[in-house]
Amino acid sequence: MRFTLRVWRQKDAKSPGQFETYEVDGVPADASFLEMLDILNEKLIKEGKEPVAFDHDCREGICGSCGLFINGRAHGPLPNITTCRLYMRHFKDGDTITIEPFRARPFPVIKDLVVDRSALDRIIQKGGYISVNTGSAPDANSIPIAKAAADRAFDYATCIGCGACVAACKNASAMLFTSAKVAHLALLPQGQPERRERVKRMVAQMDAEGFGHCSNTGACAVECPAKIPLSAIARLQRDFIWANLTPDPYAR
Amino acid sequence: MAQAASPAVGWLHTSVGRKVVMAATGIFLMTFLVVHLSGNLLLLRGDRGAAFNAYAEFMSTNPFIRVLEVLLFLGFLIHIYQGLYFILKEKQARPQRYTLNAAHANTSLFSRTMRISAVVVLVFLIVHMRHFFVEHRILGTSLTMYESCKIAFENPLYSAFYLFSFLLLGFHLVHGFYSSFQTLGVILNARVERLIRTVGIAFTVFITVGFSAIPIYFLAAKYF
Ligand code: HEM
Ligand code: SF4
Ligand code: FES
Repeated sequence: MRFTLRVWRQKDAKSPGQFETYEVDGVPADASFLEMLDILNEKLIKEGKEPVAFDHDCREGICGSCGLFINGRAHGPLPNITTCRLYMRHFKDGDTITIEPFRARPFPVIKDLVVDRSALDRIIQKGGYISVNTGSAPDANSIPIAKAAADRAFDYATCIGCGACVAACKNASAMLFTSAKVAHLALLPQGQPERRERVKRMVAQMDAEGFGHCSNTGACAVECPAKIPLSAIARLQRDFIWANLTPDPYAR
Repeated sequence: MAQAASPAVGWLHTSVGRKVVMAATGIFLMTFLVVHLSGNLLLLRGDRGAAFNAYAEFMSTNPFIRVLEVLLFLGFLIHIYQGLYFILKEKQARPQRYTLNAAHANTSLFSRTMRISAVVVLVFLIVHMRHFFVEHRILGTSLTMYESCKIAFENPLYSAFYLFSFLLLGFHLVHGFYSSFQTLGVILNARVERLIRTVGIAFTVFITVGFSAIPIYFLAAKYF
C-alpha cells in the first residue's frame, strides 16, 4: 500500500515544530502502524535524512508507550486500541495520514512525536501505593476480598498509563488516568487507610501539573486501550467529595 | 491555588471541586427551570393573562419567594462565574492545538458545544432580565406582566431569538443533566447511566418544547 504522511517534526521542547510530508510505498496491509513508520525511517536513513522519533516498546498493547495522534484521534481511527495494534489495512490505499504528538501542556515534546509523560508518574507517586509494614510475608488469604470487588478493582487496575485519555480530552484532563488508580485502590481493603488522603493528593498533583478539568465528554473512554470505564471518574468524584466533607477516620 | 484558600473550602478551588460547584448550581438551576416553566404555561390559558398576572403578582410579593429569588441570583452568578472561569482556562492545558482533531468521533455534539450554548444562554439571560426584571421591578412600568409578554412575543425578531436561545439551552441540558450526576459521582454503572440519560432527554424535551410553545402561541394568535 502507498501513503502520504504528514508528520510533525520538532527538534526539542524549545523549538517550534512543523509538518513534513513524506511518501511511503510498498507497505504490507498487515503491517502495524509502527512497522509502517519503521519502513519510512529506513527510507529516510537511506536518503541520509534524520529518521522520525516515535515512542514504542512492547508493540503488543501492554506498555502504553506508543502514543501518537493519528488523523485527529489518539491512537488512530479505531476505538480502544494502542497505536502498535493499529494495522494499515484499516486505511485506504493512497490515504494521506496526519501524525502529531499527544498535545498537552504537561506533556512537553522531547523530539518529533515523542513526549514526556512523567507528569502521570508524579500523579501516581502521590497516591498509587498502599502502606504495609515490612517483615515476613503475610499469610495468603489473610485479607478476604469478595470476587466481585476483586474483579471490579482489577478492571480499573488495567490502565497502562498511555496518556490517550489526556490526548483525546478537549481540556487535556487526566481524570480517567487518575480516577482509574483511585477507583482501583478504593475498592480493596488494602486501599482503605489512605483512601481519603490519596484522592486529595492525586487531584492536587493533577492540578499542579497543569492538566485541565473534566467536562464529562467521554472522549477518554472511547480512546482508552484498557477500556477504563467512566465509572472510574464517578468513583473519584464521590471519594473526593466525601474526603473533603467528612473527617478522615484514619487521620493520624 | 488550593493551599491559598482556607482548608474548609479550599477543595472547592481544585478542578474537581469547581466542577462540583458547577454541578450543584446546575441542578439547582434545572429545578428552577421547571418552576419557571410551570408558571409561564399559564400564559397559554387563553384568559388574556388573568391567571398569569395573578401568579406574577404572587411571585413578586411573597416573602418566601423573595428569599428564593436571592438564592436564584446567587446560583446563576456562581454558575456563570465558574463557567466563564472554565471557558477562559480551557485552552491553557493545551497551548499548542492539534492541527487535525476528529472530536466528532468520540464525543457528542451537545458535550462539544457546552461553551457555545453557555454564551448564548448568558446573552439571552441579560436580554431577558432587561426586558422583564428591570422593566417591572426597577423601572416600574405600568404594563401588566402579560402585556409585556405579549409585546415581546408578538415581535418576530424577539421570538426568533427566544426560540434559538431555548434550542441552545436544550443543547446545554442534554449534556448538562447527565454531566452533573456524573460529577456528583452518582453514575457507577451502565444501568444508572441509561436511566440518567433517558430522564435527562425527557427533561430537556419538556423544557425546550414547553418554553418554545409560548412565543409560537403568541405569534400564531397574532398572524393566523
Ligand atoms: C438556566 C440556565 C442553566 C442551566 C440549567 C445550566 C445547567 C448546567 C448543568 C447541569 C451543567 C453540568 C455541570 C457538570 O458538568 O457537572 C452545566 C455546565 C456548564 N454550564 Fe451551565 N447552565 C445554565 C446556564 C449557564 C450559563 C448562563 C453559563 C455561562 C457561563 C453556563 C456555563 C456552563 C459551562 C461552561 C458548563 C460546562 C463546564 C465544563 O466544562 O464541564 N451555564 N450547566
Ligand atoms: S486510563 Fe486508559 S487512556 Fe488513560 S492512561 Fe490509562 S490506559 Fe491510557
Ligand atoms: S508499544 Fe507498548 S503498547 Fe504500543
